[in-house]
Amino acid sequence: MVLVLALGDLHIPHRAPDLPAKFKSMLVPGKIQHIICTGNLCIKEVHDYLKSLCPDMHVTRGEYDEDARYPETKTLTIGQFKLGLCHGHQVIPWGDLDSLAMLQRQLDVDILVTGHTHQFKAYKHEGGVVINPGSATGAYSSITYDVNPSFVLMDIDGLRVVVYVYELIDGEVKVDKIDFKKTATTH
Amino acid sequence: MTMISESIEDEDKWLAEGIAGLQHNAFYMHRALDSNNLRDALKYSAQMLSELRTSRLTPHKYYELYMRAFDELRKLEMFFKEETKRGCSIIDLYELVQHAGNILPRLYLLCTVGSVYIKSKEAPAKDVLKDLVEMCRGIQHPVRGLFLRSYLSQISRDKLPDIGSEYEGDADTVMDAVEFELQNFTEMNKLWVRMQHQGPAREKEKREKERNELRDLVGKNLHVLSQIEGVDLEMYKETVLPRVLEQVVNCKDELAQYYLMDCIIQVFPDEYHLQTLETLLGACPQLQPTVDIKTVLSQLMERLSNYAASSAEVLPEFLQVEAFSKLSNAIGKVIEAQVDMPVVGAITLYVSLLTFTLRVHSDRLDYVDQVLGACVKKLTGKPKLGDNKATKQIMALLSAPLEKYNDIVTALNLSNYPRVMDYLDDGTNKVMAVVIIQSIMKNTTCISTADKVEALFELIKGLIRDLDGTPVDVLDEEDFKEEQNSVARLIHMLYNEDPEEMLKIICTVRKHILQGGPKRLPFTVPPLIFSALKLVRRLQGQEGDVVGEEMAVTPKKIFQLLHQTIEALSIVPSSELALRLYLQCAEAANDCDLEPVTYEFFTQAFILYEEEIADSKAQVTAIHLIIGTLQRMGIFGVENRDTLTHKATGYSAKLLKKPDQCKAVYACAHLFWVDDQDGVKDGERVLLCLKRALRIANAAQQMANVTRGSSGPVTLFVEILNKYLYFFEKGNPQITSSVIQGLIELITTEMQSDNTVSDPSADAFFGSTLRYIQFQKQKGGAMGEKYEPIKV
Repeated sequence: MVLVLALGDLHIPHRAPDLPAKFKSMLVPGKIQHIICTGNLCIKEVHDYLKSLCPDMHVTRGEYDEDARYPETKTLTIGQFKLGLCHGHQVIPWGDLDSLAMLQRQLDVDILVTGHTHQFKAYKHEGGVVINPGSATGAYSSITYDVNPSFVLMDIDGLRVVVYVYELIDGEVKVDKIDFKKTATTH
Repeated sequence: MTMISESIEDEDKWLAEGIAGLQHNAFYMHRALDSNNLRDALKYSAQMLSELRTSRLTPHKYYELYMRAFDELRKLEMFFKEETKRGCSIIDLYELVQHAGNILPRLYLLCTVGSVYIKSKEAPAKDVLKDLVEMCRGIQHPVRGLFLRSYLSQISRDKLPDIGSEYEGDADTVMDAVEFELQNFTEMNKLWVRMQHQGPAREKEKREKERNELRDLVGKNLHVLSQIEGVDLEMYKETVLPRVLEQVVNCKDELAQYYLMDCIIQVFPDEYHLQTLETLLGACPQLQPTVDIKTVLSQLMERLSNYAASSAEVLPEFLQVEAFSKLSNAIGKVIEAQVDMPVVGAITLYVSLLTFTLRVHSDRLDYVDQVLGACVKKLTGKPKLGDNKATKQIMALLSAPLEKYNDIVTALNLSNYPRVMDYLDDGTNKVMAVVIIQSIMKNTTCISTADKVEALFELIKGLIRDLDGTPVDVLDEEDFKEEQNSVARLIHMLYNEDPEEMLKIICTVRKHILQGGPKRLPFTVPPLIFSALKLVRRLQGQEGDVVGEEMAVTPKKIFQLLHQTIEALSIVPSSELALRLYLQCAEAANDCDLEPVTYEFFTQAFILYEEEIADSKAQVTAIHLIIGTLQRMGIFGVENRDTLTHKATGYSAKLLKKPDQCKAVYACAHLFWVDDQDGVKDGERVLLCLKRALRIANAAQQMANVTRGSSGPVTLFVEILNKYLYFFEKGNPQITSSVIQGLIELITTEMQSDNTVSDPSADAFFGSTLRYIQFQKQKGGAMGEKYEPIKV
């Protein structure tokens, strides 16, 4: 069992002062094995904070990130799953599932995690999964109205991944669970 | 060094001699006691006590000797008591001991008999006590006198005619007990003070140290006084405190005054202090100018605030006696009286007073402001503080209200707060500003009016702009970044539900941050822009409801502000950021149905792209943002749309690297085919884009052939194939299954060509694309039918 924290589009300090306190108290060091961050952190302080939660962190570049060294896309393998990471502003039309599916084919991954739209999404697609963890700070978005802060925890166990979505709605954290099984035929 | 060690050795020797002499005589005294020989007992005890006549010991060593004598005297006292039981008259004994030859042993013996005398109740306690305390005047040597009187105090403690005591009677009242203790205290203090004048002047320091060791002997009297049951508030107020203070003030001795003031505060109940504040504080300015009054007063205020915190019931007392104004006045007078007090001392006093105020009168902001005001008065005319300690105290002074109220809004009401801050040096001023911001963030305080925002920016101006025209010290880039980021975070805390007030807040923030100069703008402009965009979005929802009504705040108005603000950022120059913000505004304007405004924002973004963004990597990102944004715009009429899409495709085809060109160009295809916009479904131009992308991909291949002797990977072709599939599925009539079939074959050929470098990731991409086609074919339904002709 491996826990992966997926989040992005924090936009600190451009659009939000900080992560919600409720999230901060949930995210404690030592529980998570990997962090994958789609980008738009945007500053080093936030990077360092995330790194303090888990040193194994993978970040791709959002259009507001001050750190220019983040790659545009990144792939990594966790257990039986191949994961792809990309901020998503490069994938036009933004948030379009069919276009994201093309990126998923291109990166040849089971799970594609992207951001940019600030809207939580999780699709099962051609046997793979496309996830958008939303904005961890509920940052303003020109694409999505009324953004709730959200992030995703993935529990990867063998051929199974359980995606927990944490969403802050009216000050309360709500958790949703989505179950995916990798079919052996995929690869 | 030698001299010191010698003198220590000497002293040890003298002490050993004293102890030996004492023990020697004690031995014979014991024998006399055992054989009930009164005469010998008196003789040897007097000889034993003679050892206490020494002047050679320091107080510390003398104390050791004294304690041994004290133990022996307890035995003697027992003996005297038994003597009286055996029929010896206590009055006779009291006379008899006075025949001892030397005065010091005589007085020790007298006190010892006196103790038994009082117990016998054959004479009123007060008479014996009075006699003893008077007789002790016979010893004027400070150390010997202090110990003798300490002995007197010790043996009389349980024999005072206190209320409820067995020694209380018609003739013996608590007044006598108090009188006795006060007299002993006074005499002891005089001895103690006089001690400093004995001996050569060069040993003054050593003497003061020794004197300090003796202080508790004097203080013990105050402790005994505080323990007397009969000393009620009335008695304390009328007799005890005035008499003690009289002695304290009149002794004119720094060490004694400091110690005794502190002692008074520590030993008597807080309730008494509160009720006698005026008297107690009245003594402060009369003390020697060198006395550390600030510590004394701080202790007092600390105790009083603890007392106030102990129970809500005592709070009315504080109000009734006007504790605040009394303390405040006293501090003012002390500062005035002690002209040489350094600034840090005065500020420390104000910190204590502020702490007291915040704990006792937290509801009285006027008091808090008054304290800060007094501090400003003290600082007026002085240059900015360079003194570290004083700076620290000012920080404490300014932090206290923040910690207490956990709410900057309260502090913003304090008119003197920014004035105190002005006395900090620039560096500390910034640190304080960061502390203020952190307090706001920690408590998630919302600052909700433009006035308050104005006041806040006055407080943190050290972070907002270069003070005194000196440009920012760029030495510590990290610190600067952190400061500016904290300002950026802060901007999100400035908020009001009411659009009108919110706009005022935005204008206020804007006014301040625009003074920040090119180094700060990239940090402070984005949060302001997004704060304003949030307001736009709120208005967007409301606009329909207020038809006909004059709207004070309109999106249009805000867009003008945004335009000018981003312009300031673009001049910095911070073009990449400015371009992103223009595009954000364009989207917002689109959502508000403001076509000309939207167009204008795009124009600005395009100008920046053309004129300012030269870095090829930055261009790639910028062009994707432009295309991505433009793709979502539904507001444009044909003409405007054409102009902008034409430009965007033009830029795409002019990117430096062929692969980047190719990707941007196929992305442009989406500008001509938008799912939810019926007007934008131009299949022809989609196809043109995709064909152009193919041409570029071909060119890229050829270029690779020329430069490297082999073709580049087929990835670009596979990407384009995927785009064909996309529009094919969307129902673009120009994209036919045969075109797709052709493309698949082209890629297959390319991949099999000897010239092509095999690339596993390209192979995988193509493989998964073919699998996808297969997947769609098998799906059945309309989609399956559509895919049917394609063979893989």
